[in-house]
Amino acid sequence: MTAPLDTEPAAATAAAGPAMERSAHRGVLRYALTKLGGALLSIGMVIVATFFLFRLIPGDPAIAYTRDVPLSPDQLDLLRRQMGLDKPLMQQFLDFVLRTLRLDFGTSYEYRRPVLDLIGERLGPTLVLVGTGLVISVSLGLWQGTRAAWKHGSRFDRMSTGVSLVLWSVPTFWLGLLLLMVFAAGIGPIPGIFPTRGMEGVDAPDGLAYIPHVAMHLVLPCLTLVAVVYAQYLLVMRSSLLDEIGQDYVTTARAKGLRDDQVRRRHAVPNALLPTITLVFINIGFVVGGAVSVETVYSWPGLGLLFYEAIKGPDFAVMQGTFIVVCTAVIIMNTLADVAYRVLDPRVRSA
Amino acid sequence: MSTPNTANPGNTGSTGNPGGGSTTGAGNTAGTAGFARARRRLALARFWREYRRQRAGLYGAAILIVAVVLALLTPLLTDSAGLDVTQATGAKMAPPSLEFPFGTDESGRSVLLMVLWGSRVSLLVGFLAALLSMVIGTVVGIAAGHFRGWTSAVLMRITDWFLVLPSLVLALVLAAILGGSIATIIVAIGVTSWASTARQIRAQTLSVEARPYIERSRALGAGHWHVMTRHVLPNVAPLVLANTTLQVAHAIVTESTLAFLGASSGQVSWGGLLRGSYDWGAATAGAWWYILAPGLCIVAVVMAFTLCGRTLEAVLNPRLRGVSR
Repeated sequence: MTAPLDTEPAAATAAAGPAMERSAHRGVLRYALTKLGGALLSIGMVIVATFFLFRLIPGDPAIAYTRDVPLSPDQLDLLRRQMGLDKPLMQQFLDFVLRTLRLDFGTSYEYRRPVLDLIGERLGPTLVLVGTGLVISVSLGLWQGTRAAWKHGSRFDRMSTGVSLVLWSVPTFWLGLLLLMVFAAGIGPIPGIFPTRGMEGVDAPDGLAYIPHVAMHLVLPCLTLVAVVYAQYLLVMRSSLLDEIGQDYVTTARAKGLRDDQVRRRHAVPNALLPTITLVFINIGFVVGGAVSVETVYSWPGLGLLFYEAIKGPDFAVMQGTFIVVCTAVIIMNTLADVAYRVLDPRVRSA
Repeated sequence: MSTPNTANPGNTGSTGNPGGGSTTGAGNTAGTAGFARARRRLALARFWREYRRQRAGLYGAAILIVAVVLALLTPLLTDSAGLDVTQATGAKMAPPSLEFPFGTDESGRSVLLMVLWGSRVSLLVGFLAALLSMVIGTVVGIAAGHFRGWTSAVLMRITDWFLVLPSLVLALVLAAILGGSIATIIVAIGVTSWASTARQIRAQTLSVEARPYIERSRALGAGHWHVMTRHVLPNVAPLVLANTTLQVAHAIVTESTLAFLGASSGQVSWGGLLRGSYDWGAATAGAWWYILAPGLCIVAVVMAFTLCGRTLEAVLNPRLRGVSR
């Protein structure tokens, strides 16, 4: 979100020496504060939107939230009072905001447990899956994108672009199903090597042996996530490096007699890297969407699976809590990326 | 972009300001209308010449035409009674045979038949959701670019919000809350996917509004509505067209994901078929036909839309020419 909206001209360029340095720092600070304010506003919008969105549920909320749980009329009445449904809408809204700020997302009637506890115990597996997936797909995407752009028009380039276009068109969950069928269940002569579901089997060993055990379970979900996500990193790295290759300074570097490899690594790639890294963070939302599909296919016990189960229920309390947590996390990641970009890129900083 | 760029100076003269229109005679307007028509035909021919040169775009268009024609002809060629579980004739989970070229599902229905009928829902949702998303994106984008001050700031704030949020998660919540009918799925996809379009349209609007003929039009008394619909809209239209095509691809993928994750209720669509295959353990049972047939349809159609969209972008936006291809 390097918004064109924020390109207000800072009057820092006229000053010289240390004064300029100081005002540049102040510029970054002001920028960070503006972005922080924006992030807080966005999070506020998420909370407000969630409140009104979940009022759209047709029928009695007390019944909708406790679906399939048999309750007597008295219990329902008590529940309505607990949920504050007898109060005016404004009061309900304020209560909701205050509770959310205290991280109190209510109780799931499906699990009969506080939603926050459920989210807490599902967070770890998701971080493992998304973290591993992101590291692999970013490094693979950047490497392949760089190579494709440097050898622009070569067979490697055309193949990379083609493959990423195909992967771009493949729905995440379908790729998951295919990999599941071929490598986990096994088909024809191919034996199933990997486990089909979950993060650990019933025979999960203790101690150090636990790590390779989980890693075996991680292979297919991670592969699916990487395949879908890395294509766009490749394409963006490629096009942003192609932009740089045409620049004068690259020609200068070549004219100085630098080796091709040095021109690429020391001059072109660092500049092309910045927009790509920003994109990585902006696309966190997309990765989260992919994680929901992947966790569903492989029954990976993370937030995505929790969210999927909540939708299938439907368990509105869990859905609401997960939605707020995931959106907030994505907004925070984006804000960090914005500020980091400003700090890292001297061009943006002084402009 | 090449089309409107060349077309525009003429456009301001013929359809432009209300003052000019009222002073010219009726015969004169007919003459300029004819001239405009001829020019448009010329531009269209040039566009087709450019488009034809891109082989990928042609392949994409061919696949699309085949898919749409098949979807439209399905009710004439086949009988929807075959979708009824109680009237299924085949064996359960039978591999492809002469009678059932794509095999059968868990209750003995022909997968080919279901894929054909499913294409109708998938394509319909794809087109309508993309249309909705484009309308929202274009209106918000043009308004945010045209108006200054707080209107623009508020619109962009909302756009950025939608851009950052995980759209699939939001669409899932919307579909789960509103129920999973075709209409709500379309709304859920359309409402969550317009933000990037709005951003591009806004940028384009800003650059169009900086051109001198907009100032001329304003000086002649053109209002906001006139400038936005008569000058900005024709200029962003090519961008909108290319974007819509890409958006359809996105909408079809999202629809199938929503259906697979169980957010849509019961219609036969490609995603719904895959949901069925997953529920019945087709992957672990090795029923590859049940998974491949609907999935390959999604991939083929989505890729066709992507190829067409990229070609349109390349043809309509000269800046992209040479770099991306």
